[in-house]
Amino acid sequence: MAVFKKLVRSAEGAKVPHYKNTENCETVKMTVPARVYVSMQQHIGAPAKACVKKGTEVKVGDVIGTADGIISAAVHSPVSGKVFGIEEIMFPTGKVQTVVIDTDGLQTVSESVKAPVVTDHASFVQAIKDSGLVGLGGAGFPTGVKLDPQNISEVDTLVINAAECEPYITSDYREMMECGEDVIEGAKAVKEYLGLSKVYIGIEANKPQAIEKMKSLISGISGFEVVTLPSVYPQGAEKIIIETVTGKEVPKGALPASVGVIVMNVASVGFINRYLKTGMPLTTKRVTVDGDAVAKAQNVEVVIGTSVKDLVEFCGGYTQEPGKIIYGGPMMGTALTSDEMPIIKQNNAILVFGQEKATLPSPSACIRCGRCINACPMGLAPVEIALALSIKDGEELTALNTDLCMECGSCSFVCPAKRPVAQTMKEAKEFLRKVDKK
Amino acid sequence: MKLTVSSAPHITGKDTTASLMRDVIIATVPAIVASVLFFGIRALTLISVTVGACLVFELLWEKIMKKPITTGDLSAVVTGILLAFNFPASLPLPMAILGAAIAIIVVKQLFGGIGFNFANPAIVARIVLGLSFTSYMTDWIFPDATATATPLALYANGTGTAPEIIDMFIGRTGGTLGETSALALIIGFVYLVAKKVISPIIPVTYVATVAIFAMLLGVDPVVYVLGGGLLLGAIFMATDYVTSPYTKKGKIIFGIGLGIITVMIRRFGTMTEGVSYAILLMNLVVPYINKLSRQKPLGAPKKVKEAK
Repeated sequence: MAVFKKLVRSAEGAKVPHYKNTENCETVKMTVPARVYVSMQQHIGAPAKACVKKGTEVKVGDVIGTADGIISAAVHSPVSGKVFGIEEIMFPTGKVQTVVIDTDGLQTVSESVKAPVVTDHASFVQAIKDSGLVGLGGAGFPTGVKLDPQNISEVDTLVINAAECEPYITSDYREMMECGEDVIEGAKAVKEYLGLSKVYIGIEANKPQAIEKMKSLISGISGFEVVTLPSVYPQGAEKIIIETVTGKEVPKGALPASVGVIVMNVASVGFINRYLKTGMPLTTKRVTVDGDAVAKAQNVEVVIGTSVKDLVEFCGGYTQEPGKIIYGGPMMGTALTSDEMPIIKQNNAILVFGQEKATLPSPSACIRCGRCINACPMGLAPVEIALALSIKDGEELTALNTDLCMECGSCSFVCPAKRPVAQTMKEAKEFLRKVDKK
Repeated sequence: MKLTVSSAPHITGKDTTASLMRDVIIATVPAIVASVLFFGIRALTLISVTVGACLVFELLWEKIMKKPITTGDLSAVVTGILLAFNFPASLPLPMAILGAAIAIIVVKQLFGGIGFNFANPAIVARIVLGLSFTSYMTDWIFPDATATATPLALYANGTGTAPEIIDMFIGRTGGTLGETSALALIIGFVYLVAKKVISPIIPVTYVATVAIFAMLLGVDPVVYVLGGGLLLGAIFMATDYVTSPYTKKGKIIFGIGLGIITVMIRRFGTMTEGVSYAILLMNLVVPYINKLSRQKPLGAPKKVKEAK
């Protein structure tokens, strides 16, 4: 009863434009820049601890930052060269320890890089932890932690997230088109070592070629299925893709594993196969470069730590004075304060816009049209939450399940009054956190 | 390099408040054309005067109160058109201007401007004028010289023969400017739904409820649906964003409530028309409907009793 379901939760999402301008751009490898800036915080959780110092000679794949704590991830040198220094660099999230390396251009591979010996779940998880892999879809959750759920016996399904619902970004699409075999082999490894029975590959309908390719690759493999997802933002949000693919609802505050599902980004899965074969940790990343202020929009494979400036230069430079630079997509990406920021593991796009597109129209009064409510994929009521926040009604904010907001931005996108609804949602969550602490 | 650092999302949809209002204005064009066809050029004069008055009152009020000028959002134009739609073509212009003042200043601006009015400005103005200048507000012009009252009134009194269905459908009957032509209103409705300016839920549930309830009471559903202000109210007035519920569930409750109240007033009240009062009454309970018709968020626990 689809109609009835719409009454319970409309969840129409946002019909964002696709702008997949770079989908047919074969990935180009960028030359290693003279200097790279390798952040110790390229994941959710505790930052890694730098284990090199000024003057240390490093080779590609050497550990330069060790995981610190349970939810953390190791960081490896993406280049060969000499550590110039350890600096504190201001990221959008705050100051982060960053290892600055002067490269020698030789890209000498470390002796420590060799294919891991994996025989069971424990050694698989250890190998993934050693690889420095984090969720490459954007969230950056350490994969080693994700693949080691407490209730592993109850987990039976892997959902490979290839929705790529953010406009502009095509790096996951290129992963499937160029490295589809890696994705399948990586998924087989996850399935085997975690004892799963089912693997779904969820791809949005706007990528028919990828759907066709992955379907042909899985033919004859038992337990694998390609699922065509509706092209509506935010189809790639974890809880949403789980619901679309499996019909399961992840309870508030719980992990996907609680309903027997693990969700992994398609590029993360592809990386796993490459790592198991070669032992080369996560040191490069495919990034979509696009936007109206960059000369050549394309997919580029860069060494992690490459500055945005060097990357844009590689893409032909700026065509106009940049007004906004975004890490990631235009819906959830983070606006940068300078083009000296480096590429981090979970970056899948760098978007550069001119002054005209840098600012949004100014907001006007809410006309209470309810579009934010009907769009919200989680079924929240942003307009009511904004009202409750304005009168600081914590009880009401709790009753409205404010904390379920995942900040996908659909509400702001659909708002005809151009109000920064998603930002208000963020503030409401922040307010609620403070109230709950008291 | 001067970079803008702002919170995501960094793109926004095409619809703006002004574009939505512009679409509503476009959707009223067939009814405007019909009103001129059936009631003469006076209809256009009246519409122009109310629209102009609404814009001037909004502008003046915002200038005097030193508030940002919002006439550009076109909502005052929509109010002006809908207000005129609720008048008979013969209404003296000063009364129409008074109606605009009630709608814009009393109902809209005194409560905080667009988004804050508790009820539909045009509806309240219609009711106030109807109570104050009853004879002028019911001074119908008849395209068909033999008629003496609106189809609904004829039907209710049993004094005359209700017009042919085809006349009621195209609008060749007595009534207010915008209400008589079902055809023109339905064209507007299709446009609004196709452009996703409004959800069809409120008009459909409202009209369906009236038709079903009328049948249950043994009155002619065709006259109830086509013979009065129902379609105008259901399509253009009850779908006003500010004064209708947010969710699909809420819209269904709202539409059914409107239908029941309208038929109750028409069948058991002393008035022949009931749409304005039904909309006003339901406008007032919208905050409660909103609270009762919330969606169940994905992954939220099944409704637990709120701790008080």
